[in-house]
Amino acid sequence: MSVNGGFVALDGVTKRFGEVTVLQGVDLDVDLHQVVCLIGASGSGKSTLLRCVNRLERVDAGTITVDGQTITGDGVDVNALRRKIGIVFQAFNLFPHMSVIDNVMLAPAKALGLSRAESRTRARELLDRIGLLDKAQEFPDRLSGGQQQRVAIVRALAMSPKLMLLDEITSALDPQLVSEVLNLVRELADSGMTMIIATHEMSFARECASKICFLDAGVILEQGPPEEIFIAPKNVRTREFLSRVIEAGRL
Amino acid sequence: MGKFLHAYLSPLDIRRAMPQVWDGFQTNIKLMVIAELLVLVFALLIAVVRGLPGRAALPLRGVAIAYTDFFRGTPLILVAFVVALGLPSLRLAVISNQSLFTYGIVALTLVYTAYVTEVYRAGIESVHPSQRMAARSLGLSYTQTLRHVVLPQAIRRVIPPLLNDFIGLQKDTAIISVIGLTEATAQAGFYSNDYFNYAGYTVAAIFFVVLTIPFARFTDNIIKQRELRERAQLV
Repeated sequence: MSVNGGFVALDGVTKRFGEVTVLQGVDLDVDLHQVVCLIGASGSGKSTLLRCVNRLERVDAGTITVDGQTITGDGVDVNALRRKIGIVFQAFNLFPHMSVIDNVMLAPAKALGLSRAESRTRARELLDRIGLLDKAQEFPDRLSGGQQQRVAIVRALAMSPKLMLLDEITSALDPQLVSEVLNLVRELADSGMTMIIATHEMSFARECASKICFLDAGVILEQGPPEEIFIAPKNVRTREFLSRVIEAGRL
Repeated sequence: MGKFLHAYLSPLDIRRAMPQVWDGFQTNIKLMVIAELLVLVFALLIAVVRGLPGRAALPLRGVAIAYTDFFRGTPLILVAFVVALGLPSLRLAVISNQSLFTYGIVALTLVYTAYVTEVYRAGIESVHPSQRMAARSLGLSYTQTLRHVVLPQAIRRVIPPLLNDFIGLQKDTAIISVIGLTEATAQAGFYSNDYFNYAGYTVAAIFFVVLTIPFARFTDNIIKQRELRERAQLV
């Protein structure tokens, strides 16, 4: 276990893109089975934070530990790390040249080395769970956005990850498709999946999160249980952000 | 007009030249099929090498770039001469003792691999980085990502330009006649020398055209089938 005791622990994480500092000294602990929601304006560093956790980005300073293993610095087996961390993106990023079931089977078959039969069974179970087994042989382009995103989620789940990172996964969806995706995330939360979720869906965050982190200009300005952040935010920036969100009718 | 028709389109000469030119054209077909298969493989290899990340791969990338720059810029006729006349004069084991046919294959492959490498590379670069990212974030290695996610998409996209280069290659098999290989153009030349008539060239031209058209339709068809299967349909 890490010194901080969290399943995921960020300690003083700083990330720069050229001149721009995207994350500045971020500390964050995520315990097993916790759901942590990152909120904040676009460009506040939510996505970058998620991408640092599975090493899609390298940090410039600070350390990150996942499941007791330090994943920043050299000599980290990134493939092994990513096998236990699932990530889902805003733009789905399904593989357009593969059928739905092949999308879900690919990583278990190639990265985990499961047999085709095993990966197929696993993929069919997962697709059945989200009610898309009848779409198994379709290509992603033929599915609705909500269906595609649910496939992207089970594609990540097919690796039996210990941690899921969700990067604004409903932001590219039509409003009427958002709920089918969020319902799936709720089920995941209920099943005890550890998750870090960057989101603009405040009601969802309020209902599902064990902890809310408000990011502003690369800094976690405030973190705490949802009741605290949404009802009595201490920081003036958090208050401003939330009142803008309320004006926009998203809470 | 009558003279023109007689020189190029005389029915008698066309009929008479046909078997002789066909005899030569079979060599063109063999040249193109073998060269195309080799080009497909080598060009993919070089394109992948050019895309290798990291400083360790720098020398390899350099070699790949030098190769494509050089052979894309060199006329095929020059390469054919250098290979077919130069290599035998070196009196080296194996490489100096090949048939003209083999040298023809080598020249075509050297030049067209350089073109097709660039075609593949454009295809590889056209696959959106988010696709690589998605694959890598699932735990697939660099090679697995390339093999299962990037290349399948890249190759599909470059089929039309690839076909274009292959039609170029098919026609350029005629250039290989300069090294003394008896293919369709050479046979047409022999015919014109023997009968003072150019219908042999007409026949050779027809053979080349007739070969490329079904090839093009076949590829169009593959692309269309795939669209039907994979893309959302307008209703």
